[in-house]
Amino acid sequence: MSAVVVNHVSKVFNEGRTNQVDALVDIELAVEPGEFVSLIGPSGCGKSTLLRLVADLIHPTSGDVLVNGKSAAQARADQDYGMAFQQSGLFEWRTVERNIELPLELKGWDKAKRRARAEEMLALVKLTEFGRHMPWQLSGGMQQRVAIARAFAAHPRLLLMDEPFGALDEMTREHMQSELLQICEATGTTVVFVTHSIPEAVYLSDRVVVMSPRPGRIVDVIDVGLGDDRTDDTREDDRFFASITEVREALRGIEQAEILGGVEDR
Amino acid sequence: MLFVIALALVACVWEMYKAIGPAEGGSILGLPLPKTTDRAMPHTWDMVRRLGEPENRGGSDPIWISVAGYAWYTFRLALLGLVMGAVVGIGLAVLMARFSFAERGLLPWVIMSQTVPLIALAPQVVSWSGKVDIFGWEIPRWFAVCILAAFLSFFPIVVGTLRGLKSAPPAAVELMHSYAASWWETLVKLRFPAALPHMVPALKLGATLSVIGVIVSEISTGISGGIGRAVLSYGQAATGDPTKVYAAVFGAAALGLVLFGLVVSFDVFVMRNRPHEEAGNS
Amino acid sequence: MNVRRLAAAVVPPLVVGALFLLLWEGVVRVFDLKPFFLPAPSAIATAFVDNTQRIWEAMVVSGGNALAGLVAGTLVGIAASFLLMRFNILNELATPLAVALNAIPIIVLVSVFNNMFSITSEVPRRLMVTLVVFFIVLVNVAKGLRHVQPTHLELLRSYAASPREVLVKARVPNALPHLFTALKIAAPTSVITAFVAEYFGGSQNGLGSRITSNVANSKNAVAWAYVVGACLLGLTFYLISIALESISTHRRGSDLGGA
Repeated sequence: MSAVVVNHVSKVFNEGRTNQVDALVDIELAVEPGEFVSLIGPSGCGKSTLLRLVADLIHPTSGDVLVNGKSAAQARADQDYGMAFQQSGLFEWRTVERNIELPLELKGWDKAKRRARAEEMLALVKLTEFGRHMPWQLSGGMQQRVAIARAFAAHPRLLLMDEPFGALDEMTREHMQSELLQICEATGTTVVFVTHSIPEAVYLSDRVVVMSPRPGRIVDVIDVGLGDDRTDDTREDDRFFASITEVREALRGIEQAEILGGVEDR
Repeated sequence: MLFVIALALVACVWEMYKAIGPAEGGSILGLPLPKTTDRAMPHTWDMVRRLGEPENRGGSDPIWISVAGYAWYTFRLALLGLVMGAVVGIGLAVLMARFSFAERGLLPWVIMSQTVPLIALAPQVVSWSGKVDIFGWEIPRWFAVCILAAFLSFFPIVVGTLRGLKSAPPAAVELMHSYAASWWETLVKLRFPAALPHMVPALKLGATLSVIGVIVSEISTGISGGIGRAVLSYGQAATGDPTKVYAAVFGAAALGLVLFGLVVSFDVFVMRNRPHEEAGNS
Repeated sequence: MNVRRLAAAVVPPLVVGALFLLLWEGVVRVFDLKPFFLPAPSAIATAFVDNTQRIWEAMVVSGGNALAGLVAGTLVGIAASFLLMRFNILNELATPLAVALNAIPIIVLVSVFNNMFSITSEVPRRLMVTLVVFFIVLVNVAKGLRHVQPTHLELLRSYAASPREVLVKARVPNALPHLFTALKIAAPTSVITAFVAEYFGGSQNGLGSRITSNVANSKNAVAWAYVVGACLLGLTFYLISIALESISTHRRGSDLGGA
């Protein structure tokens, strides 16, 4: 059973009005358990919209989404996935460990169990000494690590991430990417990851889904043949650059089509 | 510290004007000037000295004790009024956050009520005391005053709380939605804590309004025992005893500061773990 | 403006308001409440129509005091804010004072003013309004003059602009929206203050004293009619301040980045 199945999904905003937007048109995608899939594309291609459809934060205009064999709504109710955004979304009035405990509180776990899991997660992201700190005392990168710890806290089988490293500087970004890969490999989590960055998409993913805007659709799905054990050295590997080029060309193809096709009517 | 210096400066300006101003008042460029006689504008040191003297000739306690008593009376009513106004105000704000029709229907009225002198209703509200029977319990006058004070403080609290409840960052709201959290859980864990920084200025304003509400109710309805009536009656006795009224003014000032101080302590306690930002006053 | 959006904004409050009045009228009639307890809206409306002339006169008195104080307080407040901006030491001293005065019911000073001036004049009330408005305007305009975006200040410094040029080109335009914010608060506050000041003795021809005397005489419907007058006065002042603000922002265009 696939982890995520997107079945002929379309999403239209402001249907029938003058500012109608065809955010997504006839999207077909299947993600296998344990796979790491990135969504990449220029602004307006619908990658964040697609992620939110999988998360059941918005509903498709047509088509359906299945997560772990259930409807997206059921998956959300059952808390089958964890989510991370570009803003860490930490509650500034809670300590780091209480932030990590948030989803567990909502699931009704008792205090001792929550505290133990929070400590486990802190160790996973290597922030053990910062449990009692307040979020604003931490750097941006550290805050994102807490957000990731929180996303993993309930040990979800699926992780949905919307440009979580977008606000970080390049060095921290690369470091976080390595950490994320390590955690995912250790836990076997399926990941759907939205990003603007080609190297990031290639470094992290098994497959890179290239999308284009107006209307939002998938133009290409590129297999990244870098294998499972990726390290910092992988970034200097020839195959790494080859895959980057493949993705870049696919994206450039979209650009050309845009320029040649002129401005389309919505 | 600076506050003390500022006060001293005000006292200096007062005395300077007394020294150079016209004794019977008058006007300069059409603007009226106050009289500078000791009866109209007593010396600041006389004001302070008066605090140590008894309220009425032949009395035993210095006036500042009597004034403290009046201030305490008013303070209790204002505090109760503020608490009642806060409870109802916060409750209404939650209701308005939950039901958008409630918000759209009520908020314009709430905002508008802040522009009109609701205090005009003070005499009417207080007149209900002694006449209304709730399950056999007659509303005592002092409670009617609390109701009015609550009524006045309630409006800014509703506005501030509502704004605060809606100020939760969209990313955090989406996060709670992704946790399939109920509306109530989202309220308790996210919206309410996020609202606190916005509620504090509203509570400060509510405190001020509550105090004014109680003082004005006292005056307009002849309730005795509070600082409002003291200010009025001392003021009317000014021809014989010019510095008396200042004792009551100081008492009113102290009471306002104490209530305000309570709200500030609440603010400090509630926000103790949060980052220290630039004070966001309205 | 979009008709749908206008309707969505206006219809709910109107519905709520209408329901409220109906409920009020209903409760009075069903429970046969005596007028000295709570008059019905219909009785209030009648009283208003019967007493329009007198209500108007009282509105003029209270409104006059409010307006005089509003204008005076605004002018002095603006002048003082320039001083505060120029001399930092004044700013340091004034801030704790302003905070404390916010907490204190300074309305009690009307009793003091009644002694300082002739008790039959309207000056104590106007002075009170001036004082209240002064602080509102001072705090807001001073903030606007001081807290200009650092980028703008740096830019002007790179043009070797004199302090006076910086004032005119950056600080004053920045302070203008703050002035209107202050006016929107100060305008209704001036009405309320003028009104409340009447309770502390002195001449008895304003709205406040009329309400008290009518309640004391159990002519509650008339008292409420005066209350309506007071509300209309407060609302008018508020709407005027909003109108002034929209004229100014209309000419400025939208806020560029804001302060």
